[in-house]
This record gives sequence, structure tokens and C-alpha cells, in this order.
Amino acid sequence: MNDKIYKYCLITAVGLILPVGVGIFLTLLWDAMPAFEKFGVIEFITSCDGNSVAEGEKYGALPYIVGTLATSFLALIISVPFSLAAALFSGEYYRGKRFAGIIDSAVAMLAGIPSIIYGLWGFAVLNPILVSMKLSETGYGILSASLLLAIMIIPYSASLTKEFIMMVPSELKEGAYSLGATRSDVIAKIVLPKCMPGIISTFILALGRALGETMAVTMVIGNTNFLPKSITDTGNTMASIIANRFGEADGLQMASLIAIALLLFVITFIVNLTGKFIVKKLKA
Amino acid sequence: MRKLTTLLALCAFICLACNSKNGETDKHEKISSKSVSLSASGATFPLPFYTLAFQKYTEKTNNRVAYGAIGSGGGIRSLKDETVNFAASDAFLTDEESKEMKPVIHIPTCMGAVVAAFNLDGVEKLRLSGEVLAEIFAGKITKWNDKKLTALNPDIKLPNMKITPVYRSDGSGTTNIFTDYLSKVSSDWKNKFGAGKTVDFPTGMAAKGNPGVAGIINNTKGTIGYIGSEYAFSLKIKSAEIQNSNGEFIAPNTASISAAAAGNIPDDTRTMITNSSAAGAYPISCLTWIVVYRDLNNGKNTLQEAKATVELLQFLVSDAIQAMTESVHYAPLPQQIREKAINNLKKITYNGKKLL
Repeated sequence: MNDKIYKYCLITAVGLILPVGVGIFLTLLWDAMPAFEKFGVIEFITSCDGNSVAEGEKYGALPYIVGTLATSFLALIISVPFSLAAALFSGEYYRGKRFAGIIDSAVAMLAGIPSIIYGLWGFAVLNPILVSMKLSETGYGILSASLLLAIMIIPYSASLTKEFIMMVPSELKEGAYSLGATRSDVIAKIVLPKCMPGIISTFILALGRALGETMAVTMVIGNTNFLPKSITDTGNTMASIIANRFGEADGLQMASLIAIALLLFVITFIVNLTGKFIVKKLKA
Repeated sequence: MRKLTTLLALCAFICLACNSKNGETDKHEKISSKSVSLSASGATFPLPFYTLAFQKYTEKTNNRVAYGAIGSGGGIRSLKDETVNFAASDAFLTDEESKEMKPVIHIPTCMGAVVAAFNLDGVEKLRLSGEVLAEIFAGKITKWNDKKLTALNPDIKLPNMKITPVYRSDGSGTTNIFTDYLSKVSSDWKNKFGAGKTVDFPTGMAAKGNPGVAGIINNTKGTIGYIGSEYAFSLKIKSAEIQNSNGEFIAPNTASISAAAAGNIPDDTRTMITNSSAAGAYPISCLTWIVVYRDLNNGKNTLQEAKATVELLQFLVSDAIQAMTESVHYAPLPQQIREKAINNLKKITYNGKKLL
């Protein structure tokens, strides 16, 4: 009897999750159709906004797609050395020591900070620093957003990577040490190769978070709707343009925003699939 | 025996509780049978004024008004769907938009403006003309010491610094008013960028809401941006004097904003008062309206509610409430607009019968 209740609860829960996901996809697709019909899917993805008095409304997603991918991948690249270092530090070098515990809770604290606070910090502290370092004229732009995103995703990749590093069997490491390997040999030749699929999957997870981050990015990226020419240039991301524009949008503009949402949905889905694929390849 | 006493006590307690509850609902019903609850939605720009005015109205009449600041566009949509008693909007309905609905009446309620805020070390007073403002936002004037700027400001030493225009990243009535003004003073702007709630500005950077724009200007040197006057006044943000069509340089304040509505205004008040030709007028001023159906007998309004709506609108343009506009950083309607508003209110009917 009990078993049956468990089973039905489980089936209901699972049965609800799938339709919600598919439903979101379908409603996005349905509401985005006017934009795709007007501009064409390829044209929409590969062009910029070009509203003009003469030709009326025209929307394109390219600057936002570029902005989203540029900030997310840049953030990932910046965060890799730091999160890997933090993970090796507390998972290997100082494993189980009190100092590692302090580092762990510091990293966990970074994960708990609401994104608006990161945005405020970027706006009030990071941007003026970038200006005083002469890296950028006003501080606002892709660079600032990427640095902010990097800090935001470090805790995710660091804590998960640490778990994978700690799962490497000690027999393997002891064997290597007994053969005269140094600590760096063990890390480079035993620990990292052994947990590479895990590490890759954590970074993909972190990338997924960077793709969707909205509030902090919109506060520092400058929100300009052109293709950024360099990393110090201002830009915009898909999540940010949606958050900015949807309040007063209607008609074709609303459809275009929903089309951008759909594209973000698809990009995130592709990133996750690629991650799974890489992990599968590496494990095999 | 003991059990029985406890049970009895419990029964008594429940009875008492029920009684007192009944008494409360009775009282509540009495109030609500007398007073009317109105619901409205629309523009965010006049929200502080409406909050104050509706509160005064509730104090006076015991009628309540629930206002949802969801944006002008959303307000008009709600009115179309007949889910609200009235809507508030920063933009009047165009003839085309009006055709899609039953006849409506626009009642102006207060005035505001858009100011040009800037951040330049050592510069307190800056004078700009409309054409220069348009060229700055079009990316044609790129340096603060450009000849056109120094010619307007002979007494100020302007730095050799890049100008960074700051604009709104979200759709906004503020952008609409600002670009409407630029389109009126610069044919170049009109043909290239036009006016609207979202405009593709060619240069500079953008932020969400008045606070976002004000924040960027405040912490970045060399910036200039446009901000709603209600926000700029309440925070005492430094802003430029703008040359009006009479050639006067006018600083934005409640008097110069009210002056902008002194000129020729059509009887239905549906007009943009930007670039006003009136003397002493600040040129980037605006009206904000409440929009109601001309005949209030529809799905949403009962006769009681219709009466309360007209009473509220009459109250909003009364001297007592108009005198309060400045305390929340808006400008009062000049006398001629108030008269026009009252004349329009008299046209409102319920089932064909006049309400005022």
C-alpha cells in the first residue's frame, strides 16, 4: 500500500515537470511567431535592431546573442583558474584542515549573495576601478560584466570541483607517491585526469548560470543595442534586454522579446547537451 | 464531570468567538455599503502625486482607490478590457487608437518635465539649445569643448572631454517626451531616429529607469542624460537650462513647467506641449492624463462607481489638490487647462444621463 502511494506521488511529480518544460517552450514559440514570420528566423538571429522612421519597426537578436555569449564565456575563462585553485586548495592540499574550512565557507558565502548586490558593487566599486586603471573610458561594458559574472560563478564550479577531487581514490594517489611522484605530478597526472568529466560538467553548469544572469549584468554592461567592437565596449545581453524592455513593449516588439527568450532557452539547452556529450566522451 | 465542564467551557468560548466575528463582518458591510472602491491602473510617472491625491480623496469621501502603476500602455490595455474604472497615461490616445475603443475622455491631472542632467567638474550652470541637445544625442557633438557648446556658454570653461550621452534602456514615457522634443527642434533627428518609448540611440549608454540613468550620471564624469523632473527635483539633481522657442534659457522648475501649458491647447487637451512657444516656458514639459469612457455604463462601472469616478476627477483638478502638486515635485495645471478639464468632465454620462 505504502509502496503504491510512493509510486503514484513520484509519477505525478515527474508527470508535472515534463509538461511544464515543454509548455514553456511551446508558449514561447507560439508568441514569438509574429517576429519570426516578419523577419525570418535567420535574419532575426543575424541582424541588429534597426528601427527607422521611414521603414518602421525592425528587431534583431545578434547584438544580444553576441553579448550573452561573450560575457558568459569570458566569465568562464576568467573563473577557471580561480575556482580550480580554490578546489585543489581545499580538496587536496589542505584537505580536512581548518584553513580549508574557512576557504570553503568564504566561497559558499559568495554563492549566497543576491545578484543585485553584485550589480551594485560592480556599479559603485568595480567600474571606477576599471576607469582609474585606464582599462575603459566609463567602466561600463562587456569587460566589467564578465568580471562580475566570473566572481558570481566561481562558488558553483569551485565547490562542485572540490567534491570531484575528493572522490579520487586515495589508493591511486598513494600508488603514485610510492613510485616517487611529486605532489604536482599527482595533481596533473592522477587527480585532474581522473575527475576531468566531473570538472567539465561543473563548468558547464556554471556557464549555464552566467548565460541567464540578468540583474547584475544590466547594471554594469551599459545596455547599448549594437554589436560590441571590443571587450571594453558597452553591450547588452539577452536576459538583460528582456528585463529592460518587456514592461512597455507590445505588438512586434513584444514578439521579438519573446523570440529572444526562446533563443536563450535554446542556447542554454544546447550548452547543457554539449556538456553531457563531452562528459560521455571523456568517461568512455 | 471534569470533562463535561471543559466541554461546556469550550462550547461557550466558540459561541463567543462566533458572535464577535459576526459583529465584525456586520460593521465591515456597513462601511462598504456606503463607500465605493475604485480600481485604476496606468502610468508610473505620476504615481507619487496620485498616491497623495487618492489618499486625500479617501479621507474626504471614504471611497477607496486602488491604483496599479503598471505603465501607460498597460493601463490603456486594462481600460480596453474593462477591468478598471479608469486608466492613467502619459501619452494621449491617437485618433487611430481611439477608433479601436468606445469613445473616451482625457482629463489632464498634473504636469512634469524631462530635464537634461550632466556631470562635469566645476560646472554648475550649463546652457543648451534644442539643436545642440539633439546633436549631442545623435553623436555629432562629441566633445564638451565643442564650438557650439562654448558659444552657448561663454562664461564657462568647458573641458576637452568626451561627451557620453545616457539614455533609458527600458521603454518609457520619459524617452517619448524627450525624443518628441528633439524631433520638433531637429529635422535631422526626426528623420533618423524619430520619437517613441524606445528609440535606437546611436551613441552613449543606457540604464533602467530614472534611478539607473541618474546613477550612471552621478558616478561617471562627462555624462549627460535625461531624467523625469519628479525624480530630478526630489533629489536636487543638477540640470541644464534649455533654450525655448522664444530664445529664452529656462531652468526647469514647477513655474516654468506650468508656463508651458499656457499657450494654445485644444479643448480635448490631447496635445504634446513640448517646444511650447509660451513666454517663460520650459520646452521639454508634458501633461499626464486620466482616461475614462465617455459613457461609463459598461461592464466595469456601476452607477455608484461612475459617480465616484467623476467626483474623484473633479477633486483632482480642484485648487486644493493642484496646490499640493509641488510638494511631490510636479507642476500644477494652469487655470485654462483646469477649466477645459471641468468642461470635459461635464460630457461624461452614465447610460446617456449626465453625471455632473
